[in-house]
Amino acid sequence: MKKSKKKGKMDQATIERLGKIDDVIAQYEERYENSHKVLIELLQEILETFNYVPEEALVRISEKCDVPLSKLFSLATFYNSLRLEPLGKHHICVCVGTTCHVNGASDIVDNLQRKLNVEPGHTTADGNFTVETVNCLGVCARGPLVEIDGKYHGNMTPIKVNKLLEKYENGKSDRDS
Amino acid sequence: MKTENQIEIASIEELRNEILSKRKPDQPEIVVAGGTCGFASGALEIIDALKSELKKHNLEEEVSLKVTGCHGFCAIEPAIVINPGNIFYGGLLEKDIPEIVSETIMNGKIVERLLYVDQSTDEKILHEEDIPFYKKQTRRLLANNSRIDPLNIEDYIAIGGYSALEKALEIGPDSVIDIIKASGLRGRGGAGFPTGTKWEMTRKAQGEEKFIVCNADEGDPGAFMDRSLLEGTPHSVIEGMIIGGFTIGSNIGYIYVRKEYPLAIEHLHRALEKAHEYGFLGEDILGTGFSFDIEIVRGAGAFICGEETNLLKSIEGAIVEARTRPPFPVNKGLWESPTALNNVKTLSSIPLVIGNGAEWYSNIGTNTSKGTIIFALVGKINNSGLIEVPMGITLREIIYDIGGGIPKGKKFKAVQTGGPSGGCLPEAMLDMPVDFESLTKAGTIMGSGGMIVMDENTCMVEIARYFLTFTQDESCGKCTPCREGTKHMLDILTRITKGEGHEDDLTVLENMGNLIIDVSLCALGKTAPKPALSTMRYFREEYEAHIKNKKCPAKVCKALIKYSIVADKCTGCHLCFRNCPTKAIVGEAKKAHDIIPEKCIKCGICFESCRFDAVRIE
Repeated sequence: MKKSKKKGKMDQATIERLGKIDDVIAQYEERYENSHKVLIELLQEILETFNYVPEEALVRISEKCDVPLSKLFSLATFYNSLRLEPLGKHHICVCVGTTCHVNGASDIVDNLQRKLNVEPGHTTADGNFTVETVNCLGVCARGPLVEIDGKYHGNMTPIKVNKLLEKYENGKSDRDS
Repeated sequence: MKTENQIEIASIEELRNEILSKRKPDQPEIVVAGGTCGFASGALEIIDALKSELKKHNLEEEVSLKVTGCHGFCAIEPAIVINPGNIFYGGLLEKDIPEIVSETIMNGKIVERLLYVDQSTDEKILHEEDIPFYKKQTRRLLANNSRIDPLNIEDYIAIGGYSALEKALEIGPDSVIDIIKASGLRGRGGAGFPTGTKWEMTRKAQGEEKFIVCNADEGDPGAFMDRSLLEGTPHSVIEGMIIGGFTIGSNIGYIYVRKEYPLAIEHLHRALEKAHEYGFLGEDILGTGFSFDIEIVRGAGAFICGEETNLLKSIEGAIVEARTRPPFPVNKGLWESPTALNNVKTLSSIPLVIGNGAEWYSNIGTNTSKGTIIFALVGKINNSGLIEVPMGITLREIIYDIGGGIPKGKKFKAVQTGGPSGGCLPEAMLDMPVDFESLTKAGTIMGSGGMIVMDENTCMVEIARYFLTFTQDESCGKCTPCREGTKHMLDILTRITKGEGHEDDLTVLENMGNLIIDVSLCALGKTAPKPALSTMRYFREEYEAHIKNKKCPAKVCKALIKYSIVADKCTGCHLCFRNCPTKAIVGEAKKAHDIIPEKCIKCGICFESCRFDAVRIE
């Protein structure tokens, strides 16, 4: 393989990661053995496995599935949910759908941005929080809605979010608290 | 190939009778309204509490506990229905459960304080269907959401599920098309194309392979009925799709569903497994020789993929960029093959249309729009939730009779339909009957059914800016009018909300909006200017207030408002002082405070924290 000269330097974590990527690709090939391949499902599986889409996964897919790397990057950057950065310890997702918006979601986003000093789509410097926005989670009757680590919190306000965040501050609690 | 655990079925009716004979109709039953919104409101905690309470009283065997999909009335969830008696309790807390079990389940007594209270008459209401929110509705598609456990295929079969498939296989594709055409069913994704015609065109199109695709990429912010149907009655969609596959001559279907709907995806997966087990999917379906399978594709968060040509490209793994039509997907769709693309609600309607006949379906509705329509009634409205109403109902009936009007005594300002592709309608349009044509004529669209109510505190210029931000961000960039035009419109709208609008901005916006509509490639561009154009049409004075007077009448646009403290009302409790993130509030404890305008970032936190109504926005 082209990457052979790098192989000697691979650490255990990298080897494991590449192994996982190869497993996902193998399952994908098997799933679509008898039908048209649905590439976006492969990217979704990678996202599910790693919680983000590692660059090396795109390289591996490109090599193994004969898809131009540029196309894979184009797809990965086009779709909102295919993030290329790893998630922080806690994942905050603010719904900015219309209902949440008319009920004040932008104040919540502004407040989070100010309080955690991070732009939506990125992770705080200490790696504790990743803040993202989503166009609609479909829980409009409870808007504004904030999802933290998969749990929905309805009727949010900046002050309520500040209180919620205390539970997730570094060292205070694990996921699903 | 028959799998080992596949069940041999002679006829659906026989199967249904067998299922029903095993059931105990007199057994007490607690039905919990589930679904994502139910769970978000605490239904999971209620289920746990019910389980442990029933266990405590050794009633696990005697009382059946059923978790259904969402019942639609989001505003009073978590909610349960108890049978016998059809008793409805809403707005529950975990601490209410012991009383419910000991009083209602064990002693047949009603817990009065948990009954729904009609806001206008103060009367207590015992049955779910008597609540004003439900009374004016005609729940056809959503009915199953309150009746069945979505993960139990036998529940679906027991209420008549899969008998439409059996009938379709018996009468053949041409008769299926005839029935659907006669019913007047039109696509529920928003465009309203006649479904029977679409299937006929796909059936007649030349191609070795054909596909049926379910569009469940419900990207319109403010619409969630597709999610609710997929979660609450996944077999309806699956059954509709199998009938579709059989009719157009396809052996494979794809459901393209948003990744943001994890519960819907899980329910679909489990329903597909069960459908396989019962031989409704796979090879030789019900012994007819017809084979069909369904694959799930998870959308990755791109609004534009809700548009048909883009959705198909997304499944193909191609770079998503709009293309011209024709060719239409019915001739050249997925992998260049004839493809029927239908919305979740359309496919869920199919078993009803085939099962009950064209006449039954078309006996409600208007001349051109038949049947019912589902709206997500949300925003500044008392009874928010999912509603299903006959076509032709007026907006006023929806907002006031079903929705219970605007909260906190605020004044109604506008109702928005069709999401980022639609428009806002004012008070004067409320008596308009709702159907595909009337909404289009009024400058909005039916869309996928989002209906967002706005009150006096919603700024129409800011709303137009919000939608343009959305569409501009989601534009694929292929065609210039959409890529550059929406950006330019957004720049102007942003300027207006900052108080930097020019006299001729409205003319420029109108001209540019109409141009984008005329020459964009796909539906995203062709509809993106609608929120701006409709708000300029109906709420022009609000635009003018921003441009000429540099005022935001709704007190929303940050650059045009100012926060201050009313000295008479301020008790000096220090709460705003403590919460203010920029230390813009000064004042001693127990004395009236003041806001330093230079430091104030207008975040609204002082307004939210004040308990004495002492923070004023002007």
